[in-house]
Amino acid sequence: MMKTLTFTLNGEETRVAVEPGELLLDVLRRRLFLTGTKKGCGEGECGACTVLLDGKPVLSCLLPAMKAQGRVVTTIEGVGNEQGLHPVQEAFLDKGAVQCGFCTPGMVLSSKSLLDRHPKPSAEEIKQALSGHLCRCTGYVQILEAVMDAAEKMGRAKPVNSKQ
Amino acid sequence: MNLRDYLFPHDLEECLAALSAWEGRGRLVAGGTDLVANLEYGKTQVEALIDISSVQDLTGFDIQEHELVIRAGATHGRISAAPRIRQLWPALAKACGSVGSPQIRNVATLAGNVVNAQPAADSAVALVALGARAEILSTDGRRVEPIENLYQGLGKSTIDSSREILVTLRVPVPAEGEVNVYGRVSPRNSLCLPVVNAAVSLKTKGGKILSGRIAMGPVSDRPFRPQRAEAALQGMALEDRKALNEIGRMAGEEANPRDSCLRGCSDYRRQLLRVLVRTLLEDATARAAGEA
Repeated sequence: MMKTLTFTLNGEETRVAVEPGELLLDVLRRRLFLTGTKKGCGEGECGACTVLLDGKPVLSCLLPAMKAQGRVVTTIEGVGNEQGLHPVQEAFLDKGAVQCGFCTPGMVLSSKSLLDRHPKPSAEEIKQALSGHLCRCTGYVQILEAVMDAAEKMGRAKPVNSKQ
Repeated sequence: MNLRDYLFPHDLEECLAALSAWEGRGRLVAGGTDLVANLEYGKTQVEALIDISSVQDLTGFDIQEHELVIRAGATHGRISAAPRIRQLWPALAKACGSVGSPQIRNVATLAGNVVNAQPAADSAVALVALGARAEILSTDGRRVEPIENLYQGLGKSTIDSSREILVTLRVPVPAEGEVNVYGRVSPRNSLCLPVVNAAVSLKTKGGKILSGRIAMGPVSDRPFRPQRAEAALQGMALEDRKALNEIGRMAGEEANPRDSCLRGCSDYRRQLLRVLVRTLLEDATARAAGEA
């Protein structure tokens, strides 16, 4: 028996029919064609599938889609676009924090969530906030630099591109 | 996951009614981070998930006069970040902050970690050292049991979440002179199960230890308490470093960690426990001495 999932997705009221046991990751990618959310390990170990649920990072590969019922979900598609990047995305490009890009959507979302709650995080707080993400390319240093850079820039000007 | 239904009861009565209606083929889900992985891999089979996240009575926690009451929906993230919990139950706050990753801690619940009954579960080790109890509700009534009585073999809880609800976890408020600490050894700081972990809770007065509880994992099918080491704590002077070292050694000897290709050989892990328990006792006694 299909269920109706009603939630706010990237700022828009969204209704979608889902199987009772479907995962949020699969609903986003297969039913809503939002393929910015990546499937890495599929068992909660890598962080590639991270999305924001009510502003907090969660793993969409371990989250029954029905858990999003009535709640607010932000995916990478809701953070910025080619016309206007979010300051965190700008900083990732500026600092060379992207190589293959597979971990990047999750990294950006966890960084955004951190900066929304703590606009001036310490290096240790950034490391802690990103500790649930694995990156096989960059070695993490550039990612840390990018988040610090974004925090500094966002401190000077409020972001205008984010829908959330 | 192949499910026939996904339900959101609004109160405890509806929860129990849904469990009864599915006659053992439905199961409660809170955060679901372990359960979903098990269902995806076919390790567990259920026909319906009964999600407790809309049950108002099961959210958050309260600090009452004599105990901390943690309800079934409280996440590791909230517990580890709560200033009052960090102050009074640092062992629990630190253990909850060691589980999984930030994304997992934002949804995974302490109650779920207890029901899942994994011997490496950081928060369960802390709960056992703190003398916590669980309040369990079913159509047969209500029972309250110490956490360490909830295990029946590896990864198997006495709580049947197709019929029963772990409603609250109850942790005694530390009296004056009581201290608690937690620690773990792991190859990485995040997304990593512990090679060994341990928690210590001490009652102290006038520069001496009145009694103490030590819990260690994963060295048994449940958080393991070294009885000889605990007995040896009684009456010890807080600054007796030699005795602390000896108690660490006893705790390591009493444990029986398995040889593990992931966690290291038994002898190595026993050595780690010896050092970990000694270090935790040094930390705990220093805190007690500082408070006195």
